[in-house]
Amino acid sequence: MATQLDTRPQTDEDAFRAEVQQFLADNFPAELKGQNNALAGVDGPTDETPAQKKWREAMGARGWGTPTWPKEYGGGGLTKAQAKILEQEMGKAGAYNPIGGMGVMMFGPTLLEYGSEEQKQEHIPPICRGEVRWCQGYSEPNAGSDLANLQTFAEDKGDHYLVNGQKTWTSGGQWADKCFAIVRTDKSDKHKGISFMLIDMDSPGVEVRPITMISGTSPFCETFFTDVKVPKDNLVGEEGQGWTIGKRLLQHERTNISGGGSLARLMGQSLGEIAKKYQPTGEDGELADAVLRDKIADFEIRWNSFLLTARRAVEESKAQGGVSEISSVLKKLGTKLSQERSELLIEIRGLQGLGWEGDGFRDSELEAVRGWLFGKATTIYGGSTEIQNNIIAKRVLGMLDHQ
Amino acid sequence: MAVLNEEQEMLRDMAREWTVNESPVTEFRKVRASGEPEAFNRDAYATMAEMGWAGVIIPEEHGGSDFGFMSAGLVVEELGKTLTASPLVMTTVAASAIMLGGSDEQKAKWLPKLASGEAIATLAVDESPTHDPSTIETSVSGGKLSGTKAFVHEAHGADLFVVAATDGLYLVEKGNGVSLATRKLTDQRSHADVTFDGAAADKLANGGDGLLDDVLDRARVLVAAEMLGMAQQVFDDTLAYLKQRVQFNQVLASFQALQHRMADLFADLAQMRSAVEAGLQAVDAGFGVARAATIAKAEANRVLHTISNEGIQLHGGIGMTDEYDVGFYLKRARVLEASFGSRSWLKKRFAKLSSY
Repeated sequence: MATQLDTRPQTDEDAFRAEVQQFLADNFPAELKGQNNALAGVDGPTDETPAQKKWREAMGARGWGTPTWPKEYGGGGLTKAQAKILEQEMGKAGAYNPIGGMGVMMFGPTLLEYGSEEQKQEHIPPICRGEVRWCQGYSEPNAGSDLANLQTFAEDKGDHYLVNGQKTWTSGGQWADKCFAIVRTDKSDKHKGISFMLIDMDSPGVEVRPITMISGTSPFCETFFTDVKVPKDNLVGEEGQGWTIGKRLLQHERTNISGGGSLARLMGQSLGEIAKKYQPTGEDGELADAVLRDKIADFEIRWNSFLLTARRAVEESKAQGGVSEISSVLKKLGTKLSQERSELLIEIRGLQGLGWEGDGFRDSELEAVRGWLFGKATTIYGGSTEIQNNIIAKRVLGMLDHQ
Repeated sequence: MAVLNEEQEMLRDMAREWTVNESPVTEFRKVRASGEPEAFNRDAYATMAEMGWAGVIIPEEHGGSDFGFMSAGLVVEELGKTLTASPLVMTTVAASAIMLGGSDEQKAKWLPKLASGEAIATLAVDESPTHDPSTIETSVSGGKLSGTKAFVHEAHGADLFVVAATDGLYLVEKGNGVSLATRKLTDQRSHADVTFDGAAADKLANGGDGLLDDVLDRARVLVAAEMLGMAQQVFDDTLAYLKQRVQFNQVLASFQALQHRMADLFADLAQMRSAVEAGLQAVDAGFGVARAATIAKAEANRVLHTISNEGIQLHGGIGMTDEYDVGFYLKRARVLEASFGSRSWLKKRFAKLSSY
């Protein structure tokens, strides 16, 4: 048997797996094992340790942080199967992907689709190397769910645009280097007057003010543009094409907010297990409070059927080669259930589950409180639940536009 | 919809074509009008058996096709859509009991007959109006079984009863010592309290202590598949109605208040389908069956309950009439919700399985 195995011809996949293992052994600093993607998120400053820097640069040089993006722009150029192997091996090694953020999740895929050759050459490689942070200039004080009502105006000044206006809910705006924004270039047409452009956050006239949220953190900002000069080269696509490009980008955003798999990892422990630590149990180990027990089971059954739905959506889209019809319900379901879980956790923990800060609370308890409050955003951003309902009714169920 | 193989797609398409053309809800209306307590069309059942549907889970050596529960569920879902009255679900569940717990002789005697449609079988477990397999008093002594089973599905047509007694499951043939008291329920299908008075009983001796639970889990996933078909049909009918009914000079489908309710139901239905299909697949995989079947039936109960109520409300007054089908789904829905575990019973079981 042993000789048979030894002489078995190596497949391409085996060879690639070996290459990945070697790369990880050579480049992944052991001290980072089990850490998260500290730098790529939108919710922290950019300090990094030498080990984190080394790891980011190693992954960036290979393009493996953006494994399936084209090699010519600094991506990994891997097939889906190879990317899967990379993910598996990184998981085994406890290695995180140091390349991320909105540049990877939303902007990059959109620019690859709509950007000019020059724009791709300029912007994609730094994203692949994790060197540039992008933020999203979409919402405005009077353009939330009615996003196309945006008023930030880019006036044509011949060789450049002059941008004036205000964006809000700019995630990570205080740490971002650049902003992809939808702005108005024509006031006569609501949708066709919108253009998609790229703005340097250090341009004169850009001012960022963090907004303190009910969770006590400031992950979002108000961003003010006063006579900001934007080179014409920074227009993506054509003038007036911004609504189309901007909507395409939102599809990437929704996919990232709803994904059942990653939510499942976040959710972790069963609520029943947690409840047993906070609540009295009977001799048989059952929760003594039968009403609470019922509530937890009711939630967990619905949570399970949501996870099964997320899995089914993946299987269907793989088999059909397109987006499954049920993907449209994942954001709506996943965000609502996550909120419900946070509320149940408070009910389980009582006042111990409402600690704001200080002694007497475990980290897990304090994190849950902040998570509960921050989680209220999930049914509002990325297209609110009400907007998702409109999309399902009109696009999937074929119900007519309301008046 | 789960990703199907070629055989399963063919089976589903065949079932869909047959139910739509040969067994629409008007056929159920005929069954109801006949007033026969067994409440199904024997010719239709013979045709279904000829198409192989009674033997989908039965091994080939006993005359079945051995396609498994996911495949059986596909057929049952289509039957649910048109409320096709038949003993197919209960016969399939009874066959699974024999497959899990029967001796070679018992299998050889019954499975070919069940697969061919020559014999009809059912499951008799509960002794009260609510599902409670933990309080069974029916007992056997000297090969004679005595006790009364409540609200047995498809009892009138059954040639064979799989009966839960204090020490396990038994096969009891109709005839001496078996008497039926018809119980008419809202679904107008066959239900009866069945009294066994020293009836000859043949034990299903294999399958271990968990046999009853294993068989009930198979009942749960198949009944859930029927409920899935019903929920899908009520949803589709309601959506079609909203698209054609005009009030205030516009179709109802253009009102946002109704659009969002339909979006909610669509999401519920997606969860129900995922849970039911996962339950059927778990039985075929032989892994995590208790948990998956609990989730499947619990979600089927929750979602069909909601959709059957919303279906009536969204149809408005016309939905209250006997002329419209939507009320039939409501009346069958509650019967199936109460059978083999209500949502509250299933939640208790889920908590127990999860050790809290």
